[in-house]
Amino acid sequence: MRLAIVGAGAVGRSVAQLAGEHGHDVIGLADSTGAALGDPLDVPAALERKSETGAVGDADHDDLLGAAYDVLVEATPTTLGDAEPGFSNAVAALDRDRHVVLANKGPVAERYDEIRAATRESAGELRFEATVGGAIPAVRTVEDFGPSRVERVRGVLNGTANFVLSRMAAEGLSYDHVLAEAQELGVAEADPTFDVDGTDAALKGVIVANVLREARGEDALSLSDAEVAGIEDLPVSALSLAGDDGRTVRLIAEASPEGVRVGPRLVPENGTLAVTGTQNIVQVETAHAGRLNLSGHGAGGPETASAVLSDVGRLPPR
Amino acid sequence: MSRQESVTTHTLRLELTDEPGELMAALEPIAEHGGNLLSVFHERGNLTPGGRIPVEVAIDCPAGRFDDVIEGLREEGVTVVAADEEYYGEAFRVLLTGHLVDTDLSATLREIERASTVSVEELSLSAPDGVEAVSSAYLRLGARSGERGAALDRVREIADAKGLTVVEPLEASS
Repeated sequence: MRLAIVGAGAVGRSVAQLAGEHGHDVIGLADSTGAALGDPLDVPAALERKSETGAVGDADHDDLLGAAYDVLVEATPTTLGDAEPGFSNAVAALDRDRHVVLANKGPVAERYDEIRAATRESAGELRFEATVGGAIPAVRTVEDFGPSRVERVRGVLNGTANFVLSRMAAEGLSYDHVLAEAQELGVAEADPTFDVDGTDAALKGVIVANVLREARGEDALSLSDAEVAGIEDLPVSALSLAGDDGRTVRLIAEASPEGVRVGPRLVPENGTLAVTGTQNIVQVETAHAGRLNLSGHGAGGPETASAVLSDVGRLPPR
Repeated sequence: MSRQESVTTHTLRLELTDEPGELMAALEPIAEHGGNLLSVFHERGNLTPGGRIPVEVAIDCPAGRFDDVIEGLREEGVTVVAADEEYYGEAFRVLLTGHLVDTDLSATLREIERASTVSVEELSLSAPDGVEAVSSAYLRLGARSGERGAALDRVREIADAKGLTVVEPLEASS
């Protein structure tokens, strides 16, 4: 497959670097300022240029969107509300009957029905495994069972919040202290607001709920429909009291056809959901096959890029 | 989820002989008399002095039909050891955090207990930064079988009104 990649952050860059190993050619890469095209693109040269000058190239975004790719990989930062520019990039590719693989959560969390409508009009397909749980095959597992036979999906879907909670519990350190430590380690971003206030986990929950609802003929949800609480106000005393009774607190996202709820919850300390550090876990409850637990790395460039590239591998040839 | 007013929850302690099909035979009269089985606690391997197996069941049934259920069980030869002991079927834990002491913790607990379906069975309080700072309370609450959801709703309402945060337990299963 011939890939065009929009977004040259950790994920976009990793997709560009790992595409060859998966048997694909990269023919374009764009960042926020410009684009680099080639047939195939010299990925190392484009990335070197980006680290030296801040831009991968000086071609126009429109040239990249109009180039001869089979798959557009949309890996620009997730935005709320109108989900731009990710939404328009994806629609531009679908309008040209090309496949789209999203790493950007915005289009499927905020405008699911619209992007699905554009997909129905297109000969291209839309995949978005990388938007939920990074390397964990959450969406695919739901699809494989059939979303109408999945009753609920819940789990730990944000590694930063999980790192903070597990360190607070293990070391008895305050929220602020652990968060600063996480930032130093590169586990938390400079602005971790969406990780600790539950927004990021809620977006993932909304995406899963949309898949479950679509299979039942229900309208899609967006972030504003989710019930969201974060971990910012949790004192360390709460974690130590829970620990005295063999329990701990995790930021749990729950998605069902009825809706999405994210918040700190009491769980057994040694239970399945109490993963530690930056691990994520997705628990899928099925109608006939019981419960499945999938854990792994929920974020990171190569991890998320691997999910993008397995999506690419599942697309029909054009 | 709201149950009709006329439906009540009951618990029964039964003793069964250790024979195949015995449990099934014991449960049939419950459904026949309009009872809805909520849970069965089957202490297999734990025998009574008479060599029988104790079983505890929780049921919902229309008000006034509970006596029929017991009678139906006895007609089937099932030993009913106890019916409707004062019984809190579901213990669960919640964390409360915030200005617990400033917002009068004992009044908060009284309010929670005033909701007739909940009892506060255990409380641990941690206020490492002093009573005027943010503190945490860990509560073990009891609710009658099947009423945990309503009990949690009540705790959440009370906490919301006082600006406290509730960390709820995650249900073990749906």
